[in-house]
Amino acid sequence: MTDAAASIDPPRNSSRLGHLSVQQVDKVYDPDGAHVVALEKCSLEIPAGDFIAIVGPSGCGKSTLLNILAGFDTLTGGRVLLDGEPLATTDGSLSPGPDRVVVFQNGALFPWKTVLENVIYGPLVQGRMNQAEAVEKGMEMLAQSGGLDRIARSYPGQLSSGMQRRVEILRALVNNPRILLLDEPFRAMDTVSKTTMHQHLLDIYDQYHKTVFFITHDLDEAIFLADTVVVLTTRPGTIKLRLEVDLPRPRNRDTITSHRFLELKQQAVSAVHEEARKAFERGERELA
Amino acid sequence: MSDATTTSRVAPRKRRIPRIRWRGAASIASFFVLWHLAVVTGISGFAELPTPVATLRAFFAEYITDAGYWHSWLVSFKRVLYGFIIAQIFGIPLGLLFGTSRRFRDLFFPVFELLRPIPPLAWVPISILFWPTNESSIVFITFIGAFFVIVINVYDGVGSIRNEHLWLARSMGASRLSIFRRIMLPSVIPSIAVGMTLGIAITWNVVIAAEMIASDSGLGRMTWEGYVSSTPEVVLIGMISIGLAGFLSSLTVDWIERRMMPWQRNR
Repeated sequence: MTDAAASIDPPRNSSRLGHLSVQQVDKVYDPDGAHVVALEKCSLEIPAGDFIAIVGPSGCGKSTLLNILAGFDTLTGGRVLLDGEPLATTDGSLSPGPDRVVVFQNGALFPWKTVLENVIYGPLVQGRMNQAEAVEKGMEMLAQSGGLDRIARSYPGQLSSGMQRRVEILRALVNNPRILLLDEPFRAMDTVSKTTMHQHLLDIYDQYHKTVFFITHDLDEAIFLADTVVVLTTRPGTIKLRLEVDLPRPRNRDTITSHRFLELKQQAVSAVHEEARKAFERGERELA
Repeated sequence: MSDATTTSRVAPRKRRIPRIRWRGAASIASFFVLWHLAVVTGISGFAELPTPVATLRAFFAEYITDAGYWHSWLVSFKRVLYGFIIAQIFGIPLGLLFGTSRRFRDLFFPVFELLRPIPPLAWVPISILFWPTNESSIVFITFIGAFFVIVINVYDGVGSIRNEHLWLARSMGASRLSIFRRIMLPSVIPSIAVGMTLGIAITWNVVIAAEMIASDSGLGRMTWEGYVSSTPEVVLIGMISIGLAGFLSSLTVDWIERRMMPWQRNR
C-alpha cells in the first residue's frame, strides 16, 4: 500500500474514468399507493471528465436522480452505467461507494471530527492508508486548497459555510472518486461567497479533472460552471433541454458578462421558466 | 475567503482583573440579611430558627471537625455516584437499542413506558423488600431516579442522527460496526450529556428523600434527625450541605460533558 497516496491524483487526461450513462431511468415512489412519478425515461450521457449541471424547479426529481447515482435510492426502470459497469439497476440493491461521494446542500461534515479528521475519514475507513499516510495526504490537500491546512485542527462548527463546503469537497476528492456529486452545495450562501466558491470549484475542477454532476436551480451558476447544462422538466422529471456550453476555460468574472454567456442564458431561460411556472401552478392545485 | 478565516481566529479578550459579579454578590448577601432580619423580628414561622450567624457559629464550633458530619457527605455522595453510574451503564445501551432496533422497541418499550411514570420514591418499599441490604436498596432507588431520564434522552438522540452522515459513511465504505461506533455514538453524545445533567439533579433529589425514609446515615438523614431532635441548626446545616453537594456534582458533570464534546467548546 505504499503507492496508495500517489494513486490519489492521476495525471490529467490519463485514466479518463468517470463516464456516466443514465439510460431510460424511471423512478416511481409508492407505486401501489400515491404513485408519484419522480423521473420518467430520463437519459443522459456524461463523458468522463465533463462538468454537467442539472437545472430544474423544486421537486423536479433532480435530487432523486443524484440519490440514485450515489446509491442512496433505488430506481424502478432503466439502468445507470459508470464506465460500462452497472451502477444501478431495477433489482433494488443499493450500491453506495467511495467512487461517488456526495456533497450535500446543507453541509454534512461530521461535527465531532476536526477538519483534518473529516478529510481523512474515507481513506482510513477503507483501510487504504494508515494514520500517518492519511494525515500527510490530508494536510497536503488542505494546503493546496488555498491554505486550508491552517484550520486542520478546527471543528466544522467554528467555520463559515463556505469553508465547510470547501472541506467537504476535499473529503469527497480524497477518495479519488470517479464522479463528484454536488447537491446544490452553495444554495444557502450569499451572492458574494457564492462567487468565490464558484471560482474555487473551477480551480478544483482544473486541478483534479473529475466528472462533476452538479445540481442547482440557479441557471447563471449552471452556465458559468458547466460544460453541459441539462434542464429537467417538472415532475415527472425528464430531459427538457440539453445545452452545450462552449464558453472557453478558464472562466472568470468577465465570462458572466460576455455576449456568448447571455446568448446561452437566453436559450435556456425560457425552458427553465416554463417548467418553474408549471411546478408553481401544480403546487397551487395540490394545495387547493 | 477572508470572511471565513476571521471566525476561527477571534480569541475571547482576557480581563486582567476578574470581574466581580456585583449583582450576584448583592443578591446572596441580601438573602442572608433578610433571613437574619426575619429571625430577629420574629416573623411567624421564623421564631424557631437560628440566625445565619448562629448557624455558622454552630457549623464551625461543632461540625467542621466532626467526623460524623463528613461521613454523611461521603455516604450520600457514594449513593449518588453508584446510582448515577449504574444508570449510565444500563441506560445508554438501552436507549441506543430502543432507538436502533424496531423489534426490540416493539417488545420492550411498552413495559418501559409502564414503569417510567412511577416516581422513584414509590419504589422504596419494594426496593427494601427486594434488596438484601439497606444500602443496596437506596442505591437502587437512586439508580431508578436517573435511569429513565437517561434512556429517554439517548433514545431521542438516536432520532437526531442525520441520514446524510449515515449515507456518507456507507458510501465511503464504513462497516456497520464502524458506523455505529464512529457515526452513531458521537451523534448521540449531546443527548447523553443532557441525560446526565438531568440525571444528576434527580439522583440528589431522590437520595435525600430515600435517606430520610429508609436509612440511618447520609446528609438527608442528618437533616431529618435535626428536626426530630429539635435542633434547627442541624436542619439548616444539612440543607445547605445538600445544596452544596448538588452544586458540586453538577459542576463535575458539566466538566465531564465538556470533555465528551470538545467540538462544542467554542460555540
